Amino acid sequence: MGDSNVPDSTGRRDFLIRATAVVGGAGVAATCVPFVASMNPSSDVLAKAETEVDLSDITPGAMRTVAWQGKPVFILRRTPEQIAASAASAGGLDPEPDSRRAQKPEWLVVIGVCTHMGCVPNKEGPGWVCHCHGSQYDDSGRVLRGPAPKNLEVPPYRFAAENKIVIGTT
Amino acid sequence: MPQRIIKWPAGVIKWIDQRFPLTSFVKHELTGYPTPRNLSYWWNFGFLAGFVLVLQVATGIFLAMHYKADIALSFDSIQHIMRDVNYGWLLRYMHSTGASAFFLVIYIHMARTLYYGSYRAPRELLWWTGQGLLLLLMATAFMGYLLPWGQMSFWGATVITNLFRATPFVGDQVVIWLRGDYTVGDATLTRFFALHYLMPFLIIGAVVVHLVALHSVKSSNPSGINLADKDNIPFHPYFTAKDFYGLGVFLIVYSVFVFFMPDSLIEPANNIPANPMQTPNHIVPEWYFLPFYAILRSVPNMVGGVVAMGLSVMVFAFMPYLDRSRIPGGAHFRPMYRVLFYVFLADMAVLGYVGYIPPTETSILAGQIATLIYFTLFLQLPFVSKAEERWLIKRGLPPELEALIASEAHEKTKRGKR
Repeated sequence: MGDSNVPDSTGRRDFLIRATAVVGGAGVAATCVPFVASMNPSSDVLAKAETEVDLSDITPGAMRTVAWQGKPVFILRRTPEQIAASAASAGGLDPEPDSRRAQKPEWLVVIGVCTHMGCVPNKEGPGWVCHCHGSQYDDSGRVLRGPAPKNLEVPPYRFAAENKIVIGTT
Repeated sequence: MPQRIIKWPAGVIKWIDQRFPLTSFVKHELTGYPTPRNLSYWWNFGFLAGFVLVLQVATGIFLAMHYKADIALSFDSIQHIMRDVNYGWLLRYMHSTGASAFFLVIYIHMARTLYYGSYRAPRELLWWTGQGLLLLLMATAFMGYLLPWGQMSFWGATVITNLFRATPFVGDQVVIWLRGDYTVGDATLTRFFALHYLMPFLIIGAVVVHLVALHSVKSSNPSGINLADKDNIPFHPYFTAKDFYGLGVFLIVYSVFVFFMPDSLIEPANNIPANPMQTPNHIVPEWYFLPFYAILRSVPNMVGGVVAMGLSVMVFAFMPYLDRSRIPGGAHFRPMYRVLFYVFLADMAVLGYVGYIPPTETSILAGQIATLIYFTLFLQLPFVSKAEERWLIKRGLPPELEALIASEAHEKTKRGKR
């Protein structure tokens, strides 16, 4: 009692306990990193990045579905009427001009994954209808009716030749 | 002891009891565990849930000996189990029917808790551990459904993992992390299999916590009042007999499905191998997820729908605070609460139907109204339950309830004097 060393030594002890807890906690957190990271896509999955598509046998008004990164990509060869209708409107819930969505008006390339829950919409009438939850898209892949919040995504792609595109690079 | 069938040498029991509380544990928690004598058959379903859990673990382990978690092999390995493995068809149908049986039993167990107000003090923690068990069960069932790698498996997993896109800021990364790929693929299948095997053991652990909580606060009963000591009877043989009779009835229903209509619980589209390029025209979840799926579909905004669906499952946890009435005995003595309970069941049925049919203008509207009713039922409860309590006390409580409360108070003072 009354020893001036007592408050000092408990203060030092508290500091050591806290410091140990912090270092130990950081160690546990760092150890979690490889476990969490192991669940991210592996190298072989990351490697399937590009898909080359030959467009020559797609007739006007017809659509082809190709796989890119395991996801379906819709390639629609639009007729002049479809081009005119798409250019005339700005879309619905997520307005965007058609010229920003198609590099060449004749070819619409969009990822065929509904932006709501990831189902593949079906080509029905003008545009697409997603049967999971009823979302509707026009011939530019723009959402007209929810619950989907956004337009069908346009993947990065470039025309390697007049009749050939490469999806995955710009 | 002439009635004891297996006669252990007293020395062995004594040796164990000095090192482990075997005799006292069996006496306090199993044979002699005090149980309210007025429990109805609605109190069987906890035991039945435990039974189905054992059934699912047992059939699951034997199925895993023949199943292959590889997107190139898994669909065919199910066919291999169904055609070539000895009694594989039986194991698989017991497991697939068992999943539905598990949810049926759990939903009745929950409905009983809601009807009789068993979630009220002091049983909140018992109720919340049950809520945790429901979430674990849902996750386990969802992951197991991917394993046959059929069209419904694939698209169900795609839709549900996509729900995590609603995560703020890192939604897309979270979805890719969950799947281990840009789409549901081989990485997803193998991790779902690993987790589907792990989660039942987490469930067993959570069941132990649930039972510890139960044995601390004891069973509720239809009167809603903690019974006097004289009205509690030993669990064995009275409730072992009652539980096993209920088990017999359950097994009859279960066997009808396993042996005569096992495919009625499997979506026909799941007999088509998964095709990532083509969504089936009409995707439906298993029946036990339909009401929550209908709520997801009813909200026209994606994040809103996910939040509404999560809330619709988690809202049960708030029941101890939403229900502010002190009238014991749940719906039995509470006419307004009883009406609300049946409105809730009817609303669940409507939501289930809306979730089952393809979305149309009318069904979307019906789903939105039913969703609104669902949440209104919970949100108005604090006010209605309080108003009902005032009304019931003013009107005078039913004579049998007055008698119960009086006898309870009498017992308490007797105990206090002793």
